[in-house]
Amino acid sequence: MLMNAQTAPTSLRRPLIEVKGLRHLYHKGSTPDLVVLDGVEMTLRENEIVGLLGRSGSGKSTLLRSIAGLIQPTSGTITFGGTPVVGCSEGVSMVFQSFALFPWLTVLENVEIGLEARGAPAAERRKSALAAIDLIGLDGFENAYPKELSGGMRQRVGLARALVMHPQVLLMDEPFSALDVLTAETLRTDLIDLWSEGRMPIKSILMVTHNIEEAVLMCDRVLVFSSNPGRIDADINIELPRPRSRTEPAFRELVDRIYAIMTKRASKPSREGVFPGTGLGMALKYVSSNTLAGLLETVDASPYDGKADLPHLAQGLQMEIDDLFPIAETLQLLRFAELEEGDIRLTPDGRRFARGEVDERKRLFGEHLVTYVPLAAHIRRVLDERPTHHAPATRFQEELEDYMSPEFAGDTLHAVVAWGRFGEVFSYDDQTGTFSLENPT
Amino acid sequence: MGSAMRLFSKAAGLSEYRATGAVERGGFFPNQYDLAAIGLVLAALVLVVAGGRQMTAPIAGLETSPISLDPGNLPDYALRTTLRMFAGVLASLIFTFVFATLAAKSRKAEIVIIPTLDILQSIPVLGFLTFTVTFFLSLFPSSQLGAELAVIFAIFTAQAWNMAFSFYQSLRSVPRDLEDVSSSFHMSGWQRFWKLEVPFATPGLVWNTMLSMSGAWFFIVASEAISVGDTSIKLPGIGAYLSLAIDQADVRAVLYAVATMAIVILLYDQFIFRPIVAWADKFRVETTASQARPKSWVYDLARRTRLVQSVTEPIGAALNAVAMARLSQLLPTPSLRLATRSSSPGLSKVLDLIWVAIVLAAAAWGFWTIYRYLSETLTLADAASTLGLASITLLRVIALIALSTLIWVPIGVWVGLRPAWTERIQPLAQFLAAFPANVLYPIAVIAIVRFELDPDIWLTFLIMLGAQWYILFNVIAGASVFPNDLKEAAAVLGLRSWNWWRRVILPGIFPYYVTGALTASGGAWNASIVAEIVKWGDTTLKAKGVGAYIAQATTDGDYPRVVLGITAMSIFVIVFNRLVWRKLYAFAAERTRLD
Repeated sequence: MLMNAQTAPTSLRRPLIEVKGLRHLYHKGSTPDLVVLDGVEMTLRENEIVGLLGRSGSGKSTLLRSIAGLIQPTSGTITFGGTPVVGCSEGVSMVFQSFALFPWLTVLENVEIGLEARGAPAAERRKSALAAIDLIGLDGFENAYPKELSGGMRQRVGLARALVMHPQVLLMDEPFSALDVLTAETLRTDLIDLWSEGRMPIKSILMVTHNIEEAVLMCDRVLVFSSNPGRIDADINIELPRPRSRTEPAFRELVDRIYAIMTKRASKPSREGVFPGTGLGMALKYVSSNTLAGLLETVDASPYDGKADLPHLAQGLQMEIDDLFPIAETLQLLRFAELEEGDIRLTPDGRRFARGEVDERKRLFGEHLVTYVPLAAHIRRVLDERPTHHAPATRFQEELEDYMSPEFAGDTLHAVVAWGRFGEVFSYDDQTGTFSLENPT
Repeated sequence: MGSAMRLFSKAAGLSEYRATGAVERGGFFPNQYDLAAIGLVLAALVLVVAGGRQMTAPIAGLETSPISLDPGNLPDYALRTTLRMFAGVLASLIFTFVFATLAAKSRKAEIVIIPTLDILQSIPVLGFLTFTVTFFLSLFPSSQLGAELAVIFAIFTAQAWNMAFSFYQSLRSVPRDLEDVSSSFHMSGWQRFWKLEVPFATPGLVWNTMLSMSGAWFFIVASEAISVGDTSIKLPGIGAYLSLAIDQADVRAVLYAVATMAIVILLYDQFIFRPIVAWADKFRVETTASQARPKSWVYDLARRTRLVQSVTEPIGAALNAVAMARLSQLLPTPSLRLATRSSSPGLSKVLDLIWVAIVLAAAAWGFWTIYRYLSETLTLADAASTLGLASITLLRVIALIALSTLIWVPIGVWVGLRPAWTERIQPLAQFLAAFPANVLYPIAVIAIVRFELDPDIWLTFLIMLGAQWYILFNVIAGASVFPNDLKEAAAVLGLRSWNWWRRVILPGIFPYYVTGALTASGGAWNASIVAEIVKWGDTTLKAKGVGAYIAQATTDGDYPRVVLGITAMSIFVIVFNRLVWRKLYAFAAERTRLD
């Protein structure tokens, strides 16, 4: 029935790519190294689609790029067909989230360019390119320029360009996340059909995604990543028969299970892994107070009534985990909500916030901010102690840089400024870069 | 360098294609690299003169084919002028491909090339002439070739720095994912250069080339007839024709020259500028089709004509074959990018330090050379008086920019908010900006002589004659892209008169205005060299200023004074750029961006 059906047990099939002890450090200036990936081990075998699933910043794209040979890992080995990967290997091709088409080349020229770089004769590469264009459903668009095409058509060009190289492994970096929901679904289905019918000249697919349903829909195996540092948390076999349906109970069950795995990490005490470090060294991610209020109100109201199942909530709000998690985690940080096993539950103050008027909300928010975010408390204390009640932002930026990279320090400060303004804990003048206790009158 | 690059990238987004390296890079004050670059550049000029002087016997007259005022010669002159122009563009293009690429790919080259380009951009182009004429004539004594090369080099100096900056900037901002695609397809450095980097840089490069060609017309007119001491050049061309007309006080010949120049610029605009800009549009990296694509009837016609296609297609295919040639098979060249990454950081840091030390030592030696050369004949009093003259010229430039702003900003806003008018006025403003204003100088001079006006005041207007149009067309461009919803919001809120100007439109066009005013100020400094001292027949009008000082010293062949004058002017331009324009740019990037 299916040409790519598992004719032999997974473990017996020939490994194509093996990753051992992979470690990736991000090093900048005098700041401590940021561990992007740590101790990653994985194997990609013939005839399987493997998904790398995780939050943004969990290093899954870094792993994919290391396998592609685009970046060098700090330590560890990657072998392709038994030989170590040095530079870009001939056996892999990559599809990009942003499509990465050359805007000055037509569809046909874009598909041909890899063969051209390889030095293939003109007639031969024309023939292969047309075959790939035909396979991927781009006939009639050969002479169009990328900017004339819709996003879906552009990604088809990206696919054709990768397939024409006849790679053994197709690498895909969030290939559908820049597309609208309907287009993405069509492309997924088409790709899975081609795969199932064995019409693509490839042996395996390795794809990065942050969409749990996409992973369950397409993959034979899903590797779930945790963040800070990026590690493989779980290796889940998906043995649902194809074609798969999102509404099947078995499908939903798997999605829920993966959600639970991902939130279990997130709800660990002291929030390491989500807000790395504690005290001043806690890196914060900016989430608008309007968004926080929106989520609180939604969970507070019926049908959730203060407690919601995250996958269900995400589906209702049409949000993906990458959008929903940071909001939920910020609420947890401020003790307006608790996360566990894929559920979010509001605290009494969270419910009070959801029902309060503007002034009540600001008061609650300010209190919780000073109590639970050490950086906010620190800034407030410094301002209180100084006779002028003024302090330059650079001072705090430098303090933060003892714990994190300048970039993270900037983000953290940005978050605390916005929250401090909302909670009226302090004010900030962007032009002069100073914190103060003044309120404009 | 970190903060510098951040400012750089922010400001770069302001006006898509302008490569105003002099303004966008670095901090607000000249740093040690600028100083080093000043030392190196000026020392090179000094060496050229000092060496050249010993080699050349004075060439009394290089009139192998004497110029005549017969209007029948004008088409031929116009053609020769244009050919020199294209020779200059070609030279600039080659320079750009070599040096900008080197700067983008090698950090050591970057340390030297980028500040040097920055300084070269700020040195008034006409100041170079004195030295290059001497140099090229000494290379080819008693032949016209030296003179031709000197003129072509003048055009080169008007364009090359700007083009190289634009190309360097583009190379540094090639999208990461396109680079990844190229790596994953194993493109060689050569293939990557022609298939990715050059196409990506094309729109910016084309726009900068075309804009600096506008300036180049000015310099070609000024340099076709020039005297440096005993050496005088008169090369057949529009510039030499004009200069002869001025010597003979022939009003009719001046008008012929103006008309010819107008026709040349018009043809250039329609047959070169617009088709190339329209063609370059396809290289723009953007996700959606642009609403306002540059249009050119010539380009459209050429694309539809089968004959043209049948000629260009094989050429294109041949060029493509060259671009995709696998040179790496002949000589294995590892990718530069990977090579830098894998080399040990400690070692490369040490090498960098050694390299910087060498550069700084060379610069110190350069300053010593300049000092020794100048102190032979000049005293401190000379330096002081030159700085005084430079201050006068600075006042002129500031006054004229203020005046042009008062006049053209309201008019530009009015035109820019009315699409029908914009469509008609904008090409005219661009045409006027390209028209070499020095062709018009004689007409103004006649008026000044006739009405016995004070040259110190009235010659001032000449330096803005050409430069003011940059303010106009940039303001029009800014006003025409001002978002409609903001216009409507202002109307609904009842913002009117001064409030509307202060709160709505002036901040809205500010980044564009800064670009225009900056270009105008650069043009004005250059123009001062030819505008502060003008002739009509036997009458010479002279205004006090560093421009007149440089021009006079050039005519007298007094090289130390030329060096002193140019140094003074360059320092003023650089400090003015840093203290005023760069701050305004940073402000515009921070506060008045509309995205």
